[in-house]
Amino acid sequence: MISIVLPYLLSGISVGGQYALIAIGYTMVYGILRLINFAHGDVFMVAGILMVYITSSGVPLYIAIPLVLIATALIGFVIERIAYKPLRSAPRMSIMISAIGVSYTLQNLVLYITGGLNQYYPTIPFISESVTIGTATTKMVTIVTPILTLVLVIALVLLINHTKIGMAMRAVSKDFETSQLMGIKINRVISVTFVIGSFLAGVGSILYFTNYTTVIQTSGAMPGLKAFVAAVFGGIGSIPGAVVGAFIIGICENIIKGLDIILFKAGITTQMLGLTTFSDAFTFALLIVILIVRPTGLFGEKTTDKV
Amino acid sequence: MIRTQTNKQTTMKRPSVPTVITFFVIAAIYVGVFVLEQVVPSTSMLFTVLKKGAIYALVAVSMNLLNGFTGLFSLGQAGFMLIGAYTYGILTIPVAQRAAVYQYYDGGIVQFAMPVIPALILAGCFAAIFAFLIGLPVLRLKSDYLAIATLGFAEIVRSIFQWDKLGAITNGSNMLRLFPTFNDFNIKNADGDVLIYFSTTMPFVVVGICIAIIIALIHSSYGRALMSIRDDEVAAEAMGINLARHKQYAFCVSSFFAGIGGALLAMYSNSVQAKSFTSAMTYEILLIVVIGGIGSVTGSCMSAFLFVACSEWWLRFLDQKQMIGTWQVPLLRNGFRLVVFSLIIMVVVLFFRQGIMGTRELPDLFRRKKAKEAAK
Amino acid sequence: MSSTVLELENMTMQFGGVVAVDSLSMHVDKGEIVALIGPNGAGKTTAFNVVTGVYAPTNGIVTLRGKTIAQGHPTGKMRKLYAGSYIGKYGKLITNTPDKIAEMGISRTFQNIRLFKNMTVLENVLIARHMRLESGLLKATFHLNQQEERRIKQESLDLLEMLGMVDLANENASSLPYGKQRYLEIIRAIATEPRLLLLDEPAAGMNPQETDELSQFIRDIKDKFKLTIFLIEHHMNLVMDISDRIYVLDFGKLIAQGIPDEIQNNPAVIAAYLGVDEE
Repeated sequence: MISIVLPYLLSGISVGGQYALIAIGYTMVYGILRLINFAHGDVFMVAGILMVYITSSGVPLYIAIPLVLIATALIGFVIERIAYKPLRSAPRMSIMISAIGVSYTLQNLVLYITGGLNQYYPTIPFISESVTIGTATTKMVTIVTPILTLVLVIALVLLINHTKIGMAMRAVSKDFETSQLMGIKINRVISVTFVIGSFLAGVGSILYFTNYTTVIQTSGAMPGLKAFVAAVFGGIGSIPGAVVGAFIIGICENIIKGLDIILFKAGITTQMLGLTTFSDAFTFALLIVILIVRPTGLFGEKTTDKV
Repeated sequence: MIRTQTNKQTTMKRPSVPTVITFFVIAAIYVGVFVLEQVVPSTSMLFTVLKKGAIYALVAVSMNLLNGFTGLFSLGQAGFMLIGAYTYGILTIPVAQRAAVYQYYDGGIVQFAMPVIPALILAGCFAAIFAFLIGLPVLRLKSDYLAIATLGFAEIVRSIFQWDKLGAITNGSNMLRLFPTFNDFNIKNADGDVLIYFSTTMPFVVVGICIAIIIALIHSSYGRALMSIRDDEVAAEAMGINLARHKQYAFCVSSFFAGIGGALLAMYSNSVQAKSFTSAMTYEILLIVVIGGIGSVTGSCMSAFLFVACSEWWLRFLDQKQMIGTWQVPLLRNGFRLVVFSLIIMVVVLFFRQGIMGTRELPDLFRRKKAKEAAK
Repeated sequence: MSSTVLELENMTMQFGGVVAVDSLSMHVDKGEIVALIGPNGAGKTTAFNVVTGVYAPTNGIVTLRGKTIAQGHPTGKMRKLYAGSYIGKYGKLITNTPDKIAEMGISRTFQNIRLFKNMTVLENVLIARHMRLESGLLKATFHLNQQEERRIKQESLDLLEMLGMVDLANENASSLPYGKQRYLEIIRAIATEPRLLLLDEPAAGMNPQETDELSQFIRDIKDKFKLTIFLIEHHMNLVMDISDRIYVLDFGKLIAQGIPDEIQNNPAVIAAYLGVDEE
């Protein structure tokens, strides 16, 4: 039984780690701006495209990887400055619409540049290599992802809890106006948030596309949405929450992908049920359930509206 | 006795000048569409724009009812359109054609076909029923959570309709086709030559009726109640407005018309496939609403036609290489149209947040002109 | 003895560890004007919010003309946190949403004006009439209820006429001067046909002359519409002028009650407002 489930469990943990890296960007931006950054998934996709183009122009990987990460962080910064900063005092719906507009623009831009064709992601040595764990054969990235994710998350949590900018971020997420009055440079805090979020999405993209091998303009939409669900699931605004949520969603999703085969092999069902179709739907069903049962998620704080 | 008298007085009141002008403008548009259809060759791009524009207008107005008038930020539109499109397709494919369409599912289990109009209404009803069920838990959520939950719901619907096990009804991930389309409304003689064209007028009439009903709702006491929820939920509730029930009304009505819009879209494109109703479609409709002006029915209609005309027709040249003399205009190649388009949208979102119309409607335009003249 | 309209018994409202209102017992009788006063943060508006169904009471019971409209006892996490008394006295949880409460005949105004800003004065009043509408959604959408629509419009105009705002009927609510907005909120509340009217700081931001006019207005509407009035106010002139009885809250606790003369000379009240000299 274990041997049947193991491959799915492993890829679940791996995908979960990748979602976690994207989810942190969502949860940090939401914590500070109360904005669902619909464009975040597309920033993740653009990071993938950048890698394809930079390596194909002959730049060696040890330069290309840092270059992609820096460029992705920069893109996050620029998007915030152009599309969200002018709308600081506008109703929340306007900013969300602006985010959707950015997402639409990024996708169309990439469609234009690539001609809408699948781009093959470069093979990165070491993490692309095959390894065998028990009964499952998988890529090295499956093992690297959760470890790297945890390291980055711990670093981030240390940054937030023990540095001046981290303290400013915590203050802004508690009360936007008051922290502004206390002399915190709001715009800088927000920029840093976007830079960190995009950087992590860049790291996530390297791991994710090493697994999936191709990138296209719509590649970011689904992982983006799922990472957002993970952020909500864990309690939006909470970084550990986002990570836990992402792992749970990654694992569940992959188990469902393999559920037909698992059930079949285990002798529980005698025919295929076509449940694979529901691997995406499951994530959203989980989202709706969590929103109804516990809107603040696993680790979220409760807020009351004042009348 | 006294009451009947006052009633008579109000009914006798002549409609205002802007209302009369508006009426004539709309009548002129309909006559114009009908005449154009008889005169211009039916292969013209114009009709593509008119048909698709009309359908998008309906869906945009239905979304505006939720987002603009009730203040509920919902992103489930594509899901409800999908339900409408499938309902229509499943109910209207002629029995003789079913074996061909459901080739992998032994002709499917639905073995009857309905006329178009009842099927359209049922398409709306099914979408509304789904909306009711999903609305029970979801409508309690606040703004952005509602947005993401409805978006998720649309994705779930898409998966369910592609599920192999439901193939006998939905044809799984294969497309539904061979159902009646707009062209079946053209009146033909025995040889199959078209005598009178109705293929563009028909969607216009259906969409016109639907939008008229939405406008009527907005102008009723319930419409006011919905707007009060948008303005101030707490105050609306304190004034005795049952939030859950009224949000549910708005959600179901909006989905009903999104369902009809989806069915019309199926008629327009001659086929239905679940995978085309993506969240990108919802975003497009949302952007139409924003460009037109959140809270203006007229704005949604105008921007729907503009949007479709730009994306299908006027900006098409951006996708092809163009030569001015011997100089090749740079940048122009496949996909450039969409880039230009996205940039225009971003400019509207960032700098013209009111959109084309803000919250004004067609009669207001004439009113303003009159007031200006009076000022002179 | 006149009949009781509203009664609160041992009502406690606690948010996390903060006790906003502590075992408040009070009543408002038919035809009375009763004031609830106290320093800022004493829990007055919280008491209003419990009565109107915005919050469910942590403990205690609220009745309207003898009918229980809200009842609560600490549940879940609150069982440990609960700091009030009378635990276990109140059984079944009963809550009503604000719209149900409005339907039962309690209407209110808000401390920070909450008009429907994008709508006209008339529309603001019409919305308050909406819940008394008999036609359903379909009938109203297809405008098959013209007679009823006309009737509620006429009633709303009559109400505005009676209270001197009919000239402004087609003005945008947000374009009214501040004072008029306060009046419109009261008129809108009356349009829901309440028996009990809750006014949350109706005179906030008014000068002495405007406050006098408001006192007269409140008396007028009380007589015209046979209302019972329960109000929160900081303007002592107005409170002493129109109230039949006064309750005083301080840090969530009831520290005094009685007729205006008694309250004016009550040492506990003076201490709460001015602070005590500790020697």
